[in-house]
Amino acid sequence: MVLFRRSETIIATILVLAMIAIGLVNPAFWQLDNMFSLLRSNVVIGIMALGVLMVMLSGGFDVSFPAFAVASMYLTVKGMLYFGYVGVFLPFLVSVAIGVLCGCLNGFFVYKFRMVPLIVTLGTGSMVRGFLLGVVGTSIVNIDRFPPVLIEFAKAEVFSVVKSDGTHSGLTAMVLLYFGLALLVHLVLRHTMIGRSVYALGCGAEAANRVGFNLKKTIFFIYCSAGALAGFAGILHCSMIWLANPRDFVGMDLEVIAAVVLGGASIFGGRGSVLGTMLGVFMLVMVQNSLIIMKVDTTWQLVVVGIIIVIATVATAWRDRKRQA
Amino acid sequence: MKSYLLDIRRLVSRDNNITQLIAMTAVIFIVMAALNPDKFLRYYNFESITYLFPELGVLSIAMLVALLTGGIDLSVIGIANLSGILAGLFFHTILSSAQSAGGGLPVVIAGVLLSLSVGLAAGALNGFLITRLRVTPILATLGTGQIFTGLALVLTGGPAIVGFPAAWDFIGNGKILGLATPFVLFVIIAAGMAYVLSRTTFGLSLLLIGTNPKAAVFAGLKKGRMIFYGYMTTGLLASIAGILLSGRTNAAKSDYGTSYLLQAILIAVLGGTNPAGGKGTVAGISIAVIALMLLSSGFQILRFSNHLIDFIWGAFLLLVIAINAFKNRVR
Repeated sequence: MVLFRRSETIIATILVLAMIAIGLVNPAFWQLDNMFSLLRSNVVIGIMALGVLMVMLSGGFDVSFPAFAVASMYLTVKGMLYFGYVGVFLPFLVSVAIGVLCGCLNGFFVYKFRMVPLIVTLGTGSMVRGFLLGVVGTSIVNIDRFPPVLIEFAKAEVFSVVKSDGTHSGLTAMVLLYFGLALLVHLVLRHTMIGRSVYALGCGAEAANRVGFNLKKTIFFIYCSAGALAGFAGILHCSMIWLANPRDFVGMDLEVIAAVVLGGASIFGGRGSVLGTMLGVFMLVMVQNSLIIMKVDTTWQLVVVGIIIVIATVATAWRDRKRQA
Repeated sequence: MKSYLLDIRRLVSRDNNITQLIAMTAVIFIVMAALNPDKFLRYYNFESITYLFPELGVLSIAMLVALLTGGIDLSVIGIANLSGILAGLFFHTILSSAQSAGGGLPVVIAGVLLSLSVGLAAGALNGFLITRLRVTPILATLGTGQIFTGLALVLTGGPAIVGFPAAWDFIGNGKILGLATPFVLFVIIAAGMAYVLSRTTFGLSLLLIGTNPKAAVFAGLKKGRMIFYGYMTTGLLASIAGILLSGRTNAAKSDYGTSYLLQAILIAVLGGTNPAGGKGTVAGISIAVIALMLLSSGFQILRFSNHLIDFIWGAFLLLVIAINAFKNRVR
């Protein structure tokens, strides 16, 4: 019976019900093409959500990761063009490193000055984006100049189907990267000391300190990992859409946070899981994607996302209160 | 006797903070004036600042009210835009049916009342979610902010609404006794809010709840109701900011002033507001907003791009955090 009380079960149930409902309205939802593109749109937002989950587990709040992601992506691509570098591994490494550096900045301010993470990340996010657009440039690296290696890399597919009319649809291999990273984060959070310290910090900083966790290490670990994941998501994003736009990801913070909250993570910290987050991301992406399938005007998207956030937060608040009572 | 002494000490420390702010404003002023005296020191520059800063100032006061209770309101921009847009749509329907170009004063007053009631209703929704359903302020206002911005987008379909009546334009661009109308309105609102926050039961309750929610409940304060009213006040002030914004630009759009959110929080923090609640004054906010407007106008005159100014705002916020932390450690 424990299974029924876990929030992942509830989310999964709602998800399946929603899928059935959408499928009834428009059977095109269940087509292989649509499923593949759904999974594909999960990748970037999902990887970012993993970082946000870690921050939220510690009781923090991060709105700077879109700026970090866009900065690592744009700087890396610019660098590749400048040096004429051909290769895949090094760009990803550089992008992740830029993310880690930016994350360090967050960690420094959150730890050193004990400032509310929301305000710190508002400041760092605005700084990084302002620096990128003001100093590095605002021009988009289009497909004609975009490094072909990255395009080739992101074109890889797990398996593909050739349909009767000759068109072909495939599941991108980037999904494997996403699942791999999710598994890694899950293992770290559940089975390592540093992962457990994230939960401990979220449940109570003072208690975690007295038990003997090194909070400095934990906080830096959290924000640097979130930055690393953002950097990885950034370079993956531009490889998948074949262009690097320094204005990308605006407003993405709210979307990703919504997905993580939808996945059952508590904003007060200490509660949440990788599986729940992945389900939350899938749910959000599916709703956005299905509005188009169900012929709802795209201008309604923000309203729907907002209503979902409100419902999800009301539900989690209600759940938390019931448990306390 | 003891409480009397404490009071004086608090007054001095508060004045300290304000003295510091004034000193900082003076430094910014002198540096900017020295860097580019003939452009910065012109009367026109200061006049344009008095037109520009009130909307940001009112938004910051709105943020202050939410921060005082220990919460935050991320939906203020959405509320401001939505109320401006609804007023615009209202004028369009009324004026096109009545065929009276220009629009009479009663119509504009009705529009203002409509905007204000939108703000109140939006604030009430936030307050309801936060006090009744116990949603964390960050998440509740994040969600409602999306909803308000989304509704604004649905109503306009994307492009800006233009063609406000002349009297509406007067709110944003007019002059009263040689002073900019928005500036006069800001002074009235700031004085009113300063009075409400420091002299009325409502304001003091908000301060006490922010300082220590549990103690406030045990002291018999109606915590839920006061916070609810607090968010309604925030909503009302946000809609006033929306009126000022759409009056000045003579247009309303769903994504106006998105960078104002960061700036409003920055100004509140800079003005000595404690994000954990319970501490903050309207006077501090007013000086902080003037300081930052001087800073940004100075950089604009120096031909810095808007993106670089964003960078400077962010860096300034972090700098203020560091300074505040350092100050608290010394004490």
